Amino acid sequence: MLIPCPVCGPRDHEEFAYGGDATVARPTIAEQSATAWATFVYDRTNPKGAHQEHWHHVHGCRQWMVVSRDTETHAVTGARLIGAWAEPETEPGDD
Amino acid sequence: MAEYSIWSVLRHGLTGNKGWKPTWRKPDPKPSYDAIIVGGGGHGLATAFYLAKEHKIRNVAVLERGWLGQGNIGRNTTIVRSNYLLDENAQFYEWSLKLWEGLSHALNYNVMFSQRGVLNLANNPAQLDQFAERGNAMRLNGIDAELLMPDAIAKLCPGLDLSQNARFPVVGGLLQPRAGTARHDAVAWGFAHAADRLGVDIIENCEVVGFVKEGERITGVETTRGRIAAPKIGVAVAGMTSEVMRRAGITKLPIESHVLQAFVTEPLKPLINCVVTFGAGHMYVSQSDKGGLVFGGSLDGYNSYAQRGNLPIVHEVATELLACFPNAGKVRLLRSWGGIMDMSMDGSPIIAKGPLPGLYLNSGWCYGGFKATPGSGWCFAHTIAHDEPHALNAAFTLERFHEGRHIDEAGTGATPRLH
Repeated sequence: MLIPCPVCGPRDHEEFAYGGDATVARPTIAEQSATAWATFVYDRTNPKGAHQEHWHHVHGCRQWMVVSRDTETHAVTGARLIGAWAEPETEPGDD
Repeated sequence: MAEYSIWSVLRHGLTGNKGWKPTWRKPDPKPSYDAIIVGGGGHGLATAFYLAKEHKIRNVAVLERGWLGQGNIGRNTTIVRSNYLLDENAQFYEWSLKLWEGLSHALNYNVMFSQRGVLNLANNPAQLDQFAERGNAMRLNGIDAELLMPDAIAKLCPGLDLSQNARFPVVGGLLQPRAGTARHDAVAWGFAHAADRLGVDIIENCEVVGFVKEGERITGVETTRGRIAAPKIGVAVAGMTSEVMRRAGITKLPIESHVLQAFVTEPLKPLINCVVTFGAGHMYVSQSDKGGLVFGGSLDGYNSYAQRGNLPIVHEVATELLACFPNAGKVRLLRSWGGIMDMSMDGSPIIAKGPLPGLYLNSGWCYGGFKATPGSGWCFAHTIAHDEPHALNAAFTLERFHEGRHIDEAGTGATPRLH
């Protein structure tokens, strides 16, 4: 799998560390419901098909990004940086 | 006389082998059953068999989307063991191992269970200490375990590289002598055969596309071959759990689906006479009766429903095999394949009633599904028949995650790809 890193361009997924489902939202620190925290930690939709997921370019630019990938075909359709350097999503083939 | 025996082989041999019957029928689905098992893999077939045999519930259908043996029951490395540290897992897998020991007779079908031993190699002293702890825990649970030093390992497995020049020298190992391997296809066929002969309908090419609900209660399934009603419906679909349960309205589960690859080489003369696991990484290998080295390692490490993986893991696992057996360096890889693992959040399974009335769930098998096949079916059948779990699977609830009652063998927390 090639991941279109917004900083480094298309790179092999072996350079990246997987960070799991990116649609899972962490509750705010003020959240006091145990169920809300347990849902965040344990419960997943685990879709067959389109999946938004975190990857860390640990052997590259060391940026975290959200990658759009199909879990059935492994086709990667985009990646965008998250955090302080967030910018618009790139398409595969962009340099 | 048993259907399969030396006498039946002789009798059919003398009459031109024209009298053999298909080992399971191909019935059309009836409008209703006493119980339906969704998923005709090893666990589903075993559940149907034990429902019929132990609980006399014989009006049962097993619904399989494809054909028998298509899924993980035919996509594993055939290893059977019970070398677990935690009590819940140790007792469950030991019961499963005991069922394996009598399985060929119980099914009247040779599953070729071979108790050749599983040897876990320790590649540093700390790991050997950990294995000593695990071995002691196993023995306290009544399971056989022996701690071996390199000289004993050299006698047990002569092809193994035990030189101190190795990148990861072997310092010892933990052996479970009663563990071993079985013929994976024969397990599917054997459970199908035995369940069929007890009256279970095994219905292939029948995908469950929806569930019939009366209020909150599940009362049947919609399939590609019509609607089928049953008061009790068990779901045992491994990596497809999240997708199938979504059709019942359950949108989130403590499960991620990941791809696990396995490999087999061209056939060789006998080289490895037990199952060997590599302690400095993650690799397990055995030699099949046909002579191929059957081996596997870690997950690819990302969510996947594709029954194939990527090349970095092929490279990693192959290098680990060569670290143990450098003499296999020129052996060619014959096949590789992938299976979709239902990775749970603590690495332990779920065999439970619910999460909806009328529904029963069997899932979360991670890497451990094949060896669990008879034990899983036995416990799931008990849970379905009695509407409550057996003591052996009482801890494997779906609610344990939210309740903080994890059974985390590896101690890696809620990160399914690390279990």
